Amino acid sequence: MNFDYAFAWSILPELFMGLLVTLQVVVLGFLLAVLVGLVLAIAQRSKRTWLHRLSAGYLSFFRHTPLMVQLYVLFFALPLAGITLPAISTGVIGLGLYYGAYIAEAYRGAIEGVPTGQWEAARALDFDAITTWQRIVLPQALKPMLPILGNYLIGMFKETPLLAVITIPELFQAAKQIAGMSYRYTEPYTVMALMFLAISVPTSLLFKFLERRRHV
Amino acid sequence: MSNLTQPPASAAPQIRLSQVVKDFGSTRIIDHLDLSIPQGQKVALIGPSGSGKSTVLRLIKGLETYQHGSIEVAGAPVPDKHTGWRWPGSKKPPVVHRVGMVFQQFNLFPHLSVLENVTEAPLRVLKLSRDEAQERAREYLGLVGMSHKTAAYPGQLSGGQQQRVAIARALAMRPQVMLFDEVTSALDPELVGEVLAVIRSIAHEQQMTMLLVTHEMKFAQDIADRVLFMEAGKIVADGSARQILLEPENPRTRRFLNLVGQR
Amino acid sequence: MFFDPATVDTAGFIARQLASGALLTLQITLLAQVVVVVMSFVIALMRLSPWRALRWIATVYVEILRGISALVLLFYLFFILPLFGISLSPMTTGVLGLGLTFSAYGSEIVRSALVNVSSGQRDAVKALDFDSLTALRRIILPQALPLMLPPMGNQLVELLKTTSLVSLISLSDLTFSGAQLITTLGQQTLIWSIVLVCYFLMAWPLSWLVRRYERHVTAWRQETSS
Repeated sequence: MNFDYAFAWSILPELFMGLLVTLQVVVLGFLLAVLVGLVLAIAQRSKRTWLHRLSAGYLSFFRHTPLMVQLYVLFFALPLAGITLPAISTGVIGLGLYYGAYIAEAYRGAIEGVPTGQWEAARALDFDAITTWQRIVLPQALKPMLPILGNYLIGMFKETPLLAVITIPELFQAAKQIAGMSYRYTEPYTVMALMFLAISVPTSLLFKFLERRRHV
Repeated sequence: MSNLTQPPASAAPQIRLSQVVKDFGSTRIIDHLDLSIPQGQKVALIGPSGSGKSTVLRLIKGLETYQHGSIEVAGAPVPDKHTGWRWPGSKKPPVVHRVGMVFQQFNLFPHLSVLENVTEAPLRVLKLSRDEAQERAREYLGLVGMSHKTAAYPGQLSGGQQQRVAIARALAMRPQVMLFDEVTSALDPELVGEVLAVIRSIAHEQQMTMLLVTHEMKFAQDIADRVLFMEAGKIVADGSARQILLEPENPRTRRFLNLVGQR
Repeated sequence: MFFDPATVDTAGFIARQLASGALLTLQITLLAQVVVVVMSFVIALMRLSPWRALRWIATVYVEILRGISALVLLFYLFFILPLFGISLSPMTTGVLGLGLTFSAYGSEIVRSALVNVSSGQRDAVKALDFDSLTALRRIILPQALPLMLPPMGNQLVELLKTTSLVSLISLSDLTFSGAQLITTLGQQTLIWSIVLVCYFLMAWPLSWLVRRYERHVTAWRQETSS
């Protein structure tokens, strides 16, 4: 088994382009997921039964079905509803909706960790809902959430190969194409795997370091 | 129950509870309570734990629901069910009367500095400018003796200091009614005095209505015009501090005071 | 409209295809889970062993497998291994790829449960002069297992969902069956939606069982601690 280093070097630019698309989709998807998660977490706490049930249903459905099939459905269903989006946007939405369901759970734990006294003090000072959430509850809830969010960010990054199934030209897709055209599999997949490791391992170490630093 | 503190005949009561009932599951916490407090009166609420004293305060502030009766503060009704949060742009009226409350557990906002804790409500609720809010905050922090710690965070303060900031925070809203819910019960004994001193100074300087739930009998004697003794959700004795604390007629009051060791 | 013979036939056809795909999905899940359980314990014990070499190997194992996703590993096993002369069937590749990936996370669950129980029991074990192996077997493990089962149960549900990846290495699981149906019938949205519901019907009962067990375990722990 020979590893053609020259070939590996030559395909780097193409793989790198794919990596850039990957990063783009991950960042946008993550931001959407954080937003979706917050909306769901607030809806879960609502006293209105329909809202509570609806969000519970959403959470259950998105957490018990595979992301890949969800992407398929989005990819084919959206145009039927008259919404034509580029594949990348569909990917971002798919990631956001899926991970939003998981992040909502992280929010729930963190929000419940804020002592009831804080809510009462806000009410005693006649704060309205938005001020209470924005200035009192969320700032206290987000701090313990950061490591969990970091984990989901890394997880999202590693799941991006799935986006290839809806034709997004990310890193994995780039590797597949090179392999398909050159009939050499080792180099593209190895370099791709190394790129994944090169990003996810340092990032996770960074998060661990940040977490430890805050506790000191 | 005689009442030495007759309100002026023309003034409507600042706080009025009529036949209020509150149940929690199968327990009756407040049992057909009637209470009328004129403006400017300083009232101490005493009694065994579980008697419903804190609940009365929370009902007045609107933190608790109730099943029966009516509650009015400065003529405006306090709703019996949770009406949910005020959403900006909603049809709910802005707060008409202001009721300030200080809690046993202080409940300061840990992620905000002392100054920010006190300016937050004036900024967000009263919509004061940043300068106005800060000026007001410094005024009240000075009143409670915490001017030297405006940049500190709650985690860096002692219990007594935190509670004093909590009082300043409530005062900064210039409420017409101040509620104190066992505000010294969570403090180490040596810190109790500084908080009581602050409350005493407010009672003498400000003309606001004050309701204090407290175990500090001597303190109650000092500043209260009127003392209410509660048991099992009812007001059992109601009179001046002298009447209730020094010469209690009611045998139950006497028994309680004996237990607490204040006679 | 719903009952004309052609539609009923098609519905039956769809049902049969998807059912056989679902069956394979369950098979793969089960087999992969065996790999997960075995490897999780092996790696966890290696991480806790007194020999640095073992600890190091286990750490590298976990870091690498956690750093790449299941799909990357699957493709690696599927395309690269043959070049080394190792030719595995798609089934073995799928089971191995999923099993190894999830064992990296599983080993953390096992390890932290063991550590959790050990730290609490350390004094008791020392006072009674237990040796390590007996201590592990009779004292620590029985207490650690209930701690491990809820997170491992959740992992199992994730594993079930992740099996959809094997469709990309041509295994006829539920997702692959869905894709096949589409090449015959078209109707992308409809069929993928049905596939989605099928996964839900498999995953949700499993997750419900996990939650019930978790509640049972929590109740037990609260009783013993109060």
